[in-house]
Amino acid sequence: MIGSPDVVAFAKEDEYGQTSPDPWPLPEEFSVPLYPLADSNPWAKTSYAKFTKDFILISEFSEQVGPQPLLTIPDDPKVCGTFDLNYFSLRIMSVDYQASFVGHPPGTGYPRLSFVEDSRVVLGDSKEGAFAYVHHLTLYDLEARGFVRPFCMAYVAADEKKIMLQFQELSLRFSQASECLKAGNRRAFAKELQRKLRDLEYTHSVLQREEGLQREAGPQSMYSAHAVEKANELANVEKSIFEHRDLLKQISSYHRRPRRDPHAVTCQKCVDECLSECEELLNKYAKIAYPCGYSEKAGKGEDGQGHPRGQGEDDDDDDEEEGVKRKLSYTPQLIKAKSAKCFDKRLKTLQELCDKTFYEATVELLKETERSFRGDLCYLYTRRLDKALQRKQRVTAFLFEEDLSDDDEDELGTLRPFCAVNHAVDNYVLLNPPPIVLTPEPHELDALERPEHLDPASETSVTQESELGLGESHLESSPSDQTLETQESSEETKGSFSSDKSGVGLAEMQQGLVSMKSEAPDPDSDLTPDPNHNLERESSSEEMETTAGEDEGENGGHQTPVSLLEVVSELEANREEECEGVSGSELLAPIDTACCMAQEGFLYEASAPEAVPRLCQNFHLQPSQTLVVNQEPQALLPLQDDYTVGSPCSESPVTGLELPSGLLGDAVSRTSAEDGSDCTMSASTGSDQTASPLGYGAVVTLRQRKKAGQGALRFVRQYPFAIQALWCLLSGRTLVVLGADEGRVRRLVAALALFVPAPGKCGERVQAWLSCPFTLTDLQRWKLIGLQRVASPLGSSMLYSLSRYSRYISILDADQKTLRCPPYRGQLLANIADHRTYIRRGSTYFLHLQSTLCHLAAKAFLFTFTHHLHLPVSATEGPEFVESRRRCFLQEQLGLGEEDSQILLYLSQLITQQYLQPNGSSAAAPSFSFNYTTSILYKI
Amino acid sequence: MLRWILGGREAQSSAEKSPVLCIGEEQPKNCFTELQVLKGHFDIVRFLVQIDDFRCASAGDDGLVLVWNVETGERLQELRGHSQQITAITTITCKNEVTLNTSLITASSDRSLSLWDPDTGNRVQTISDLHSSVKCLLVLERLCVWLSGGEELCVWNRDFQLQCQRPNHSDTGITALIELPKNYIAAAMDKKIMIYSLTVSADSSLSVAEIRCLSDHQDQIRALINVNDGLFASGSHMGELILWNATEWNLLAYEHILWEESQDYNQTEIRMGAPKPSEMSIQHLTTNGNLILAAVGSGLYVYSVQTRSVVAYRKVAHDSNVLHTMLLSDCELMSCSEDGSVRMWEIQDLPLPAEPASSGFFGMWSFGRSNKQSGPPSKKVIDIPNIRMLELTGDLIGHSGAVQMFVSFTEKGLVTCSADHLLILWKNGERQSRLRSLALFQKLEERGGL
Repeated sequence: MIGSPDVVAFAKEDEYGQTSPDPWPLPEEFSVPLYPLADSNPWAKTSYAKFTKDFILISEFSEQVGPQPLLTIPDDPKVCGTFDLNYFSLRIMSVDYQASFVGHPPGTGYPRLSFVEDSRVVLGDSKEGAFAYVHHLTLYDLEARGFVRPFCMAYVAADEKKIMLQFQELSLRFSQASECLKAGNRRAFAKELQRKLRDLEYTHSVLQREEGLQREAGPQSMYSAHAVEKANELANVEKSIFEHRDLLKQISSYHRRPRRDPHAVTCQKCVDECLSECEELLNKYAKIAYPCGYSEKAGKGEDGQGHPRGQGEDDDDDDEEEGVKRKLSYTPQLIKAKSAKCFDKRLKTLQELCDKTFYEATVELLKETERSFRGDLCYLYTRRLDKALQRKQRVTAFLFEEDLSDDDEDELGTLRPFCAVNHAVDNYVLLNPPPIVLTPEPHELDALERPEHLDPASETSVTQESELGLGESHLESSPSDQTLETQESSEETKGSFSSDKSGVGLAEMQQGLVSMKSEAPDPDSDLTPDPNHNLERESSSEEMETTAGEDEGENGGHQTPVSLLEVVSELEANREEECEGVSGSELLAPIDTACCMAQEGFLYEASAPEAVPRLCQNFHLQPSQTLVVNQEPQALLPLQDDYTVGSPCSESPVTGLELPSGLLGDAVSRTSAEDGSDCTMSASTGSDQTASPLGYGAVVTLRQRKKAGQGALRFVRQYPFAIQALWCLLSGRTLVVLGADEGRVRRLVAALALFVPAPGKCGERVQAWLSCPFTLTDLQRWKLIGLQRVASPLGSSMLYSLSRYSRYISILDADQKTLRCPPYRGQLLANIADHRTYIRRGSTYFLHLQSTLCHLAAKAFLFTFTHHLHLPVSATEGPEFVESRRRCFLQEQLGLGEEDSQILLYLSQLITQQYLQPNGSSAAAPSFSFNYTTSILYKI
Repeated sequence: MLRWILGGREAQSSAEKSPVLCIGEEQPKNCFTELQVLKGHFDIVRFLVQIDDFRCASAGDDGLVLVWNVETGERLQELRGHSQQITAITTITCKNEVTLNTSLITASSDRSLSLWDPDTGNRVQTISDLHSSVKCLLVLERLCVWLSGGEELCVWNRDFQLQCQRPNHSDTGITALIELPKNYIAAAMDKKIMIYSLTVSADSSLSVAEIRCLSDHQDQIRALINVNDGLFASGSHMGELILWNATEWNLLAYEHILWEESQDYNQTEIRMGAPKPSEMSIQHLTTNGNLILAAVGSGLYVYSVQTRSVVAYRKVAHDSNVLHTMLLSDCELMSCSEDGSVRMWEIQDLPLPAEPASSGFFGMWSFGRSNKQSGPPSKKVIDIPNIRMLELTGDLIGHSGAVQMFVSFTEKGLVTCSADHLLILWKNGERQSRLRSLALFQKLEERGGL
C-alpha cells in the first residue's frame, strides 16, 4: 500500500538526509507527502493532537453557563497545551444523559430525586485528535435544577485504541472515583437538607405566629387579602417541609436501592455510617409533628403556639439557640418562591458539593488513575502481558521479576472498593477487576453471534469473580436486563409515591407556589462568610416544581430515527419492552449493536439541538451500558486488524489475554522509548539518593530497577571483568563491593542488584552499605554487600573477616578497580556483559537483561523439573549415572560449560527451595551452598 | 590476598613470621559444600551429644539444652531448667519391651542433675542441692545405673535414686570416668587414676570400693579413654601419654610427647604474653582401637597401639589449641581448634623416604598464630622412615570463635559448636541437592502437577 509509513519513508528525503540532489527527482505532483507532522515520533499519535500527554478532565454542565471545564489532572497547563478545554467540555457534556426523569414524576406531589446510574461513553473528536472516555455522573444539589448537577470525568487521550481497549479498566477506575464523589455528595446533601429544614421550620413558626396574631385581630381580617396570602405562604412552607423531609428520606434510602452498576462498590463502613447519619437526621425531623395537620388544627382556632414544635426545639436546644439567633436575620419570604434569575446565584463548587475528604480522595484516586494509564497502548499492554505471564509462572517469577504478591493496589491486581476515609483495613471485600479484554467489541453486524464465542472466557471468570466478590453482575453480562430493572424500579417508586400523597390541597399549594414571585435576594448574602449558609439563603424552591420527566414510552418507537445511534437504542428499547422477564444471557447483543452502529457515519447530528434531548433519554435508558459514540469510522479499522483475536481460548480465563505476537516486538521497543526520559546517558550523574534506590525494607519498583539498568550498563562497559562479577552473582557467590566512597559503592550495589537472583521483595538479599565486620550469617543472608573500607582498627577486623571468609565471597574493589573471584570462562553471560555493547540506554539494557535472565530462568525451570536429571530412572542406577546424565544434559543439550552450569544449578536450587517452601517460612535455618575453588585477581 | 586488600599497607607481623599451613581454597576432597547456621544459644556452646541417627543435643554455658534435627536443621526442643552452665551431658538408653528410649542426663554448675525426654522436652527427673557440681557422667548400661563424678562419686539408678556414694579425698575432684571390665571403674583425679570396684550384693544394693590408685602421671590428667577391651589410655597436661592394662591396671607404655624445640619456644610464647597453656598439654584423646589420636597443644599426634609408636603427627595442625578430635577411619581424622576452624586430615604414606631422620626435625617448625591465607601452601615433607604424613585435606571455616566440639553423623553431616554461640551443620551439598530434588518430585506428585 502506497500510503503505508514504510513506503512513505522512502518516498521522500527529509531535510536531515543527504543533500545531494536526486538525479531522477520525482515530479512534485507524484510525491507522497510524509506522514503528517513527521518531525516527531512516528509512534506517538499525539503528534497531531494538541496536547502532549493523556489527562483527566472534569467538567460540569452548569445550568448557568453551560458546559465548562473544572479541573484537569495532572493540574498543569502544559499538559493540555493549546487544546481547547472549553470546546471539548461542550462536546463531552453534550451527551446529557440524565436530563429526564427529575422533578415530579407524573402523579406524585413530591419532587423526586433521580437516582441515575453513571453512564460511560467513548467520544472522539477527530479534528482535535482527542478521544475520551467520558464518565457522566450526577451530584445532588438542593439549589440546582431538579436537585441535580451533571458532571463528567473524562479520560482524554490522543489514541483512540487506547481508550477503546482500556475501556473496562477505565470504567472500573472512574466508577470508583465517581462512587467516592457521590458518597461525599450524599453526606453534604443530607447536611444541606438538614439546614434547610431547620430554616423552614423557623419560617413556619414565624408565619404561624403572624397568623395567630391576625386571628386574634378579628374574624373579618381573616379573609382579607393579606391574610389569604399569609395562609398560602404558610401552606407553602408546610409543603416545602414535607418535601424536604421526603428528600431526606430519599437520600437516606439511597443505599437500600439495588445497584445496577456493577462497578459501584462502596465501602461498607462508609455506607453504614452514612446511613446511620441519615437515620439520625430523619428521626430528628420526624419528631416535629406534621406541621400540616398542626396548622389545620391551628386554623380551627386552637391556641397551638407550637407545643409540638417546642419538642423539636428541646432536642437540640443549644444548637437551636444559636440557630435562632442566626436565623433571626432571615426573612420568611426568602424561602417562599423560586428566584427568577437563576443566573444570579452562585452555584456550589465541586468541593462544596462533596465532603472535603471525599473530594480530595477522589482527586487522589484520579491522579493514581492517570499515573497508571501513562504511556501508550503498547506499553500498557506489554506491562500487562508481562504481569499476566508472570502470574502464570509463579514457580520461577521470584528469581528475577518484581514481586507481584503485594500489588493489590496496582492497576491489575485486585481492586479494592475505594474508601476515602480508609476504612479499607477491616472491611474491604476483594473485588476482582474485569478480565483484560484485549479484543475490542466486535464491529461487524454479523458479530451478533460473537458474544457466544467471546464471552465464555470472560463469563467464566465473571462468575468466579462474582462468587468471590460481591455477587455483582458483570458489566458485559446483560445491560438491557439492567435497564429493565431501572424502569421497573422507577415505576415502583412512582406508584408508591402517588399512594402516599397526604393531602389534596398540596397540588393547589404547588400552583400557588409557582405563582409567587421571589423577592430581591438578601442584600448581605454575598457578605456572609459561610458559603453554604449563603447558598442556602438564596435557595429557591425551583426544584419543587420542575416538570416530571417524560414518559419513557414516548421515545420508544414513534420517532423518526435521527441517527443510527438512536436506532440502536430504539431497538433496544423495543427489545426491552418485548422481552421483559427474559433472562439476561441472550440480551448480550445490544452492546455490540451499539458499537457497530457507532461505527457508521453518525457525525454531527449528535450535537444538533433537537437531537440532544432524545439522545439523552436514550442514554438514560441504558445507564450502565458501554455505549460508544464513535465519530471517526476509519479509526477503527486498524483496531480491528491489530487486535481482534482469533480464538479466545478457554484455557486462560484468568487472564483472558490474547495478543498477536507481532505486537510484542513493537511493544518492547516502545517501552524503552516510553520512559526514555530517565535513561539518557548523561542523566546518570545523580546524587546518592537517586542513585541508590536500594534501601533495606523498601519495595524495589520497576522504575528503580530500570534506573539501575543504567548503572549496570555503565558497569558492564566500564569494567572488563564485569562478566566475572555477574557470574558470581548469578551463581550464588556473595559479592562484596568494597570501597571508601559511600555514594560510589551504593551506586554499584544498586546496579549490580539487578543480577541477584531472588533478591526478595524489598531487596532483602542485598545490603547496600555496611560499615562493620560481617559474619557468616550475613554472608548467608546477603548475596550482594557494599562494604565500607576504613583505615582503622575496625577496618582491619573487617579485612580480617574478608580474608577469613574469602572462600565464600568475591570481592570487587571499587577504589582500585579489581575483582577477586574464581575464574569464569563461560559464554552464557557474554551477551549481557559485553563491554563493547552497542546498547546505549539503560532501560534498553534493562530489557535486554531481563530477556536474558528470563531465558536463564526458563532453562533452570526445565532443568529443575526434569525428573531423570536428578533421580535414578531405575533401581539399579547409582548416583553416578544420574550425575553423568545431568552433566550430559547441561553440556550437550544446553551447551553450558562448567561455570555456566553452576549458574543453572544455583538457580535450580533456588527454584527447588522456593517450591518446597513457598513462603520461605520453615523452622529450619536456611542453607548456604558454596564450593571450594581458587580465586584469582582481575585487574582493569 | 590480604596484602592487596590492604592496598600495600604492611600486613600483620605474624603474617610473615612463618610459612603457615594452608590448604587454599581448592579442596577437592572436602565434601562439605553446604552449611546451615543453627542459632539458639546465648553463650558458649560446649557440648554436643548424639541422641540417635538424626538428632543431637547441644548444651552450653547458658544452661540451655537444645535438641536439633540434623537432617533439616530444625530445632526440635528447647530444654530449659538449669540456671547455670552445663558441665556434663550424656545419653541414657532405656530398653522397653518394644522401643529404645533415649533420654538425656545433664549436670550443671547449679549443682543439679536432670533427666530429660528429648521427644517431649519434659524434665523427667531432677535432683538439686548436691554437695558439689558434677563434672562428669558415666552410664553403665549393663548394671542399669549411672555414675556422677565431682568431688564425690555417686551411683544412681534409672529413677534417680542414689545407690551409694563415696566422698573424695582430692581437692580437684573427679574429672573423667571410664568403665573397665568386670565392673571396675577408672576415675581421673588430678594426677592420679583411681580404680573403683562396683559390687552388687545379694539384696541388689550397690557398693563402691576403692581398689587401687595409679599415680604415674607427673601432671594433671586431662584425658582418660578406653582403647579396647584390654587397654585404656590417659594423657596429662605435660604431654605424657600412658597406656594401661585394663584388667591388671599396670602401665603398658609411657610416651612423653616432647616437642624438642618446645622449651624455648614456649618461653618465647610466654614472654610474648600468650596466655596459652603448655604446648604439650594433651587436650583430648580419641581412639578407634588401633590408633590413639592425641590433641597436643595445637598439634596432632597419632599413636599406634600395636607398635606402641608414633605413626604420624603434626606439631602445628592448627593456629591454636586443638579442642576436640575424631578418628573417622584408620587414615582419616578430624580436629577442631580454638582458632575457629575444623580441619580434616589424611594419614598418607610418604612417597619416598628421603633424608634420614634427625632428632632436630621438630626444629623446622616454628609457627605462631598467623594468618593462614597470606602465604602459599607449605607442604613440607617429614622425612622419617617409620612416620607417615598427616596431610591436610580440607578445612571448614565458619565459626568466629573457638570450635568446642563436633559430632559427625557420617553422611548426614557434621555438627560443630562454638564459642560464638552458634552451631553449624555442615553437609554434603550434592547429597542435599539430591534429597531436595527427591522432595520436589514427591511434592509435585502429591499436587498432581505444578
